[in-house]
Amino acid sequence: MGYSGVWIVAEQKGGVVQRVSFELLTRGLELAAKRGCGLSATIFGENVEQGGLDELVERGAQRVVCVEGAGLRGFLVEPYAACMLKVIDEYKPEVIIAGATTTGRTLMPYVAIKANAGLTADCTGLDIEEETGNLLQTRPAIGGNIMATIKTPNHRPQMATVRPRSTKMAERVAGRSGEIVRVKADDGSLASRLVYEKFIANEEEMPLADADIVVAVGRGIKKAENLPLIYALADVLGAAVGATRDVVDRGWLSYPHQVGLSGQTVSPKLYIAVGISGTIQHLAGMQTAENIVAVNIDPEAQIFKVADFGIVGDLFDVVPLMVERIKRG
Amino acid sequence: MRIVVPIKQVPETKNVRMDEATGTVIREGVESIVNPLDLYSIELAIELKEKYGGEVIAISMGPGSAVEALKEAVAMGVDSAVLVSDKVFGGSDTWATSCVLAAGIEKIGDCDLVICGERATDGDTGQVGPGIAAFLDVPVVTYVSKVESVAGGCCRVERMVEEGYEVLSGAMPLVLTVVKEVSDPRLPTLRGKQRARKMEIPVWDNEILGVDASKVGLAGSPTRVVKIAKPKVSRECELCFGGDDVLGGDAVEKFYSFLKRGDFV
Repeated sequence: MGYSGVWIVAEQKGGVVQRVSFELLTRGLELAAKRGCGLSATIFGENVEQGGLDELVERGAQRVVCVEGAGLRGFLVEPYAACMLKVIDEYKPEVIIAGATTTGRTLMPYVAIKANAGLTADCTGLDIEEETGNLLQTRPAIGGNIMATIKTPNHRPQMATVRPRSTKMAERVAGRSGEIVRVKADDGSLASRLVYEKFIANEEEMPLADADIVVAVGRGIKKAENLPLIYALADVLGAAVGATRDVVDRGWLSYPHQVGLSGQTVSPKLYIAVGISGTIQHLAGMQTAENIVAVNIDPEAQIFKVADFGIVGDLFDVVPLMVERIKRG
Repeated sequence: MRIVVPIKQVPETKNVRMDEATGTVIREGVESIVNPLDLYSIELAIELKEKYGGEVIAISMGPGSAVEALKEAVAMGVDSAVLVSDKVFGGSDTWATSCVLAAGIEKIGDCDLVICGERATDGDTGQVGPGIAAFLDVPVVTYVSKVESVAGGCCRVERMVEEGYEVLSGAMPLVLTVVKEVSDPRLPTLRGKQRARKMEIPVWDNEILGVDASKVGLAGSPTRVVKIAKPKVSRECELCFGGDDVLGGDAVEKFYSFLKRGDFV
């Protein structure tokens, strides 16, 4: 078929290469080693910082193809897809992985249709099948109740998105060399029927998707006035604040905080569930976290079934003590 | 304005039961519902119609029983519905599903907006909305949290991204996928239910749709599920009890050691 090489889709914001790109290199390096092929990265933007491209090389990309043009600054599906299709057409990658970010989860399915390629969403595991070289893609489905392994036997490229924070960033080795190609996007590729008007940043708060630690709160908090307790714990840990659907539906926290089936899926290194009973809908959004701690007054609460460490007790007693203990160091 | 809402019938996730031996989901006796995330797209479509005029058409791909999901959309206030159903569509992955739904939407014709839920709660991919847009060759805006305005054939929307919101605008036709924040789904009314009960929902098979058979079903799906397994959630929970323990600081001390071991403090 003539398709070869593992590629990752790096992301930039305001010209700065994003962390998820370096995490994807970790996955890419593993796959390239197994397949015995090269690892490349592609990125779309406008005036992308040279330092970021160098870092992609230092963290393992042997080649970086940076496509630039006005209109690639913010994500718009048509120009991004057009540029990516050109990269696919020119380099014929065998495997393409992207972050399961709002950009990756929009760009990849759009491109997969146009490229007649198979795509698997939100993979937690990627591997190469030895005999065939097929990409084995493992992902949770049905609200986390099953793990499905999927492959794409006859179509190339094989495409997959991977959850941010599900791997470490690839190690940075100074002096690693690689090819960096900056390409100007042609006018045809830049055409967009959508206009990117503006970006409105969230109020000061850390986004859930980017957090290593999430402190999440459920109905056990009783009322919005008690939330400072949760924020105090989040602050001492440098954590983002998550919430159950109950808390969001009551208007105590806004929707971007919601973790679960109808909210976000997060896989932080540490998830602290406070006053959360653990409905299956909530568990679907957080059970892939590396470590789970739960505080709940009910020893029978479902949340303890997925937790590594649990405290049965009144959160109004326990949380202040936790904060104090961490502060004491 | 003509708005099409693609919806999916899914098993009620709350009651999912697994066959321990085979690792597959037991479908028998499990209630089927409208994908909960589609209720927000249905509601948004109805609200836009109420505000700007036009009609809302729901479409679903699935077995004959998926008519029930479409009737629920009708009961909420959707004007009409169509089911695309054919044996050859069985086993479609997201590529082939997008292909079939796009063909159905093209057959409906003259759509200004296609509004999808963010993803279905069973497959959980969120790929079909952008996929439909790619087949229709129109732009897609995903994670839409608010439709600010529809005027002069142009639609302005707000989309939720990792660090905030983006405002985008563009000429219709457009495909939108929406998050929960976009609307507050209404309950079906009694009159709506009566209307739904009486409504004859047309079923389009592939003789009517005429999609190239090599592009649908298992034959048209690039991906194959090769293994299903039960996830390992065998976490050993170290449980500390409250009361004096907590107030004495013992549980909290153990919590602190846990944080230390994980390098979190």
